[in-house]
Amino acid sequence: MKGPLLQASGLSKRFPPETDPVVDLLNLEVVDGEIFALLGPSGCGKTTTLRMIAGLERADRGTLSLAGVTVAAPGLHVPPERRDIGLVFQDYALFPHLSVLDNVLFGLHGRPATEARNRARQTLDMVQLGESGDRSPADLSGGEQQRVALARALAPAPKVLLLDEPFSNLDANLRESTREEMRTLLKHESMTAILVTHDQREALTFADRVAVMNHGRCEQVGTPEELYLSPTSAFVAKFLGETNLLQVDAQEGSAKTPLGTLRLNRQLSGSVWVSLRPEHIGITRCADGKPTGVVVAREFCGTHVRYRLDVGGLSIVAHASLNDSFATGEAVALQFSGTVAVIGDSLSNAEETP
Amino acid sequence: MHRKPPPVYFTALVLLTAVGVSLPLVYLVIRAIGADGDKLRELVFRWRNLELLWNTLFLAAAVAVACQLLALPLAWFVARTDLRGRRLVSILAVLPLAIPPYIMAFALLAAGGDYGTAARLFGVTVTPVRMLPYGEFWGATAALSLCHFPYLFLTVRAALLRTDPNLEEASRTLGHNGWGTFWRVVYPQLRPALASGRLLIVLHVLADFGVVSLFGYDTFSRAIYVQQIDRATSAWLGLMLLLVTVVILTIELRPLRGLRLASSARSSRITPQIRKLGRVAWLAYLWTVSILFAALLFPLVTIGFWLSQGSDPAVWEELSSALGQSISASAPAAILTTAVALPLAIVIVRYPSRLSRIAEMAAYVGYATPPLAFALGLIFFALHLNFLYQTMTLLVIGYTLRYLAEALGPIRSSLHKAKSSLEEAARTLGCSPTRAFRRVTLPVVLGGVWVSLAFVFLSVMKELPLTLLVGPLDFQTLATNVWSYIEEAMFAEAAPFALVLVAISAVFVGVLLFTERKSNA
Repeated sequence: MKGPLLQASGLSKRFPPETDPVVDLLNLEVVDGEIFALLGPSGCGKTTTLRMIAGLERADRGTLSLAGVTVAAPGLHVPPERRDIGLVFQDYALFPHLSVLDNVLFGLHGRPATEARNRARQTLDMVQLGESGDRSPADLSGGEQQRVALARALAPAPKVLLLDEPFSNLDANLRESTREEMRTLLKHESMTAILVTHDQREALTFADRVAVMNHGRCEQVGTPEELYLSPTSAFVAKFLGETNLLQVDAQEGSAKTPLGTLRLNRQLSGSVWVSLRPEHIGITRCADGKPTGVVVAREFCGTHVRYRLDVGGLSIVAHASLNDSFATGEAVALQFSGTVAVIGDSLSNAEETP
Repeated sequence: MHRKPPPVYFTALVLLTAVGVSLPLVYLVIRAIGADGDKLRELVFRWRNLELLWNTLFLAAAVAVACQLLALPLAWFVARTDLRGRRLVSILAVLPLAIPPYIMAFALLAAGGDYGTAARLFGVTVTPVRMLPYGEFWGATAALSLCHFPYLFLTVRAALLRTDPNLEEASRTLGHNGWGTFWRVVYPQLRPALASGRLLIVLHVLADFGVVSLFGYDTFSRAIYVQQIDRATSAWLGLMLLLVTVVILTIELRPLRGLRLASSARSSRITPQIRKLGRVAWLAYLWTVSILFAALLFPLVTIGFWLSQGSDPAVWEELSSALGQSISASAPAAILTTAVALPLAIVIVRYPSRLSRIAEMAAYVGYATPPLAFALGLIFFALHLNFLYQTMTLLVIGYTLRYLAEALGPIRSSLHKAKSSLEEAARTLGCSPTRAFRRVTLPVVLGGVWVSLAFVFLSVMKELPLTLLVGPLDFQTLATNVWSYIEEAMFAEAAPFALVLVAISAVFVGVLLFTERKSNA
């Protein structure tokens, strides 16, 4: 594993007159070449964190280092123009008075003219806008503007690329293909990138690692799989997708539940809350010996059918394939096959889901 | 975004401007209440004050009503009917703003009588306006209405283009016919536009000096000018005019405050319904053509005719000197005003706070204060500072404080285009704060800066009361020359000055229309 390219420790920011800090003693490590996402609901401090990394906001406390150089510390604030970062803004912030090429050339001043020109053309080619250099940003579609913003940020070859909700201004169908293209491009360039988003799907599909933020703090950091399958808090479990939260009595890593005796992902005992993903709950016709429930409601969702079940007084959601169909009121057998994630011994912050 | 405090020198500039605007007003009040007891009683409680108040208010109301009558149908024709040439009409209907009201007064005054324009051009002798019953009042009303109705035309047309057509269709499906729908649904939505346009017009009427003085209609403005030598009297008159303005502002601003006429849901359609005029089209054309004729062609023909009558050759020498004097005041005033307006606009757009509200207030107080009252205040203030009294410096400062709001508008809207994320993007691409401002914000704002320069330059060119009261003794501009020649009924001598003024206005308006076209395209 490579050393961290970006390291933040104890990073804090408060905007007076508000008393609560927007970012509260945040610690982060981003490895060279990885795509890292800051995910969280609006107001969780993710954008402020990104702006502190860029140097557009001054941190109240904590230190921040980029490629081994301290850029923020008590009494030290390296301005954005000397941080060697690239930033793609949510509204793209393309300079309306400059052509597409001049926008990309903007960050290349100080280099020999021909070299700058070649580099700008090369980055425009990279985003498939090599032919559009003379056009005005206003004449481009939303998707093209976004690619110009990306090319402009990439042209000076920054150490880290910061992306502030870069897909949120795109149409839904354009969003997925753009995401895929951009990921391929960044990986091809071995670019370290930090993405800020409130869209869990975007974070899970785009990033190598994700930090889920809530109230200015980092709730959990991990790969998309780790976060989705083994959330460590109710907030993370619910923010990343639909889930069933159950309180169970654990005994040395296993627990009796209405869905049978299940193994937990942690060796512990006592009363704990666990998260069960709906797609891990299988539904079959009634058979002997299996726990049963009654279908309360049924929704067709295209890729699957979503059932709300009454299991011994508990309300459980299960996603089933389209092969079998069960009617409302029907008694069905349930089977769980997946990870039972322990999310702690209370639901203190489970209510604050998006 | 989160609040940051603006840089210190911005704060200092805003406070300096606020002090600059308030000082004359403070001095006006001090002078007014400084008169001794008996004199004070005599000044405040006299019949003439009521007469002046009545005349002032009556004129303002009459002009407001007349402008509404002229502008409302015109705006509707242009925005909502198939009137042919409506794009041309919507440009032409704004042009009267380029004609100073006193030149409209010139056209009206020169028309009648045995030696008037009508008699000599068409052989029809018309009674001179001032000889008609209440001629002073009607003349002033006509001149001011024909020059100011475009303010209402612009606001109402914009509102008519903006209203949600679905609301009108909903009204039709609920059983109201076209006329009922107009009164019940469309007209209420126009109220904010009407109120703001009317407010602008009333402020201009209260500020007017040229027209009322030329027609001899007795308002506060005229009385202040006549009695400017008697400081206590003029101070009281100025204070009363100021109070009238404040009262009208509060009354007229109230319906504008907190008024929300947004449609309940986002409408998918934006193009309003166009009505076919059909058989009544000729009526619409008649209305449109008569207004444009009266407001544009009439003054232009008048100037042309009197120009052709020839005048003393000495006038042409005066003309070039007056042009020089005008420019020598307009250019520095335009530059200073824009230079102050740019940082003020940055504070207002980028740093919303108590300070930004002070900046806005300062600009609008300067604009709304009737210039005669403001001029008196400036004089009273300058009497304490001998080196300023009757100097060009004082005059330019006066212009700046008065026209700050005019410069603020275009710069402000261009600053909205130069979002702060643009400057931040420049920072992340390696620019220092000053370099980012120079290379990104300034080029984007530059269009607005030029428009502001042009606005203020033009306004100062046409300005009359401040120039007459505050300017140096022998200071004579194009505007003051037109005014004094018309006052002496020397129309042929007034014509060359009027022509140059109108021509400069026309060039500026043309450039403005052209740049607006270009930025819309």
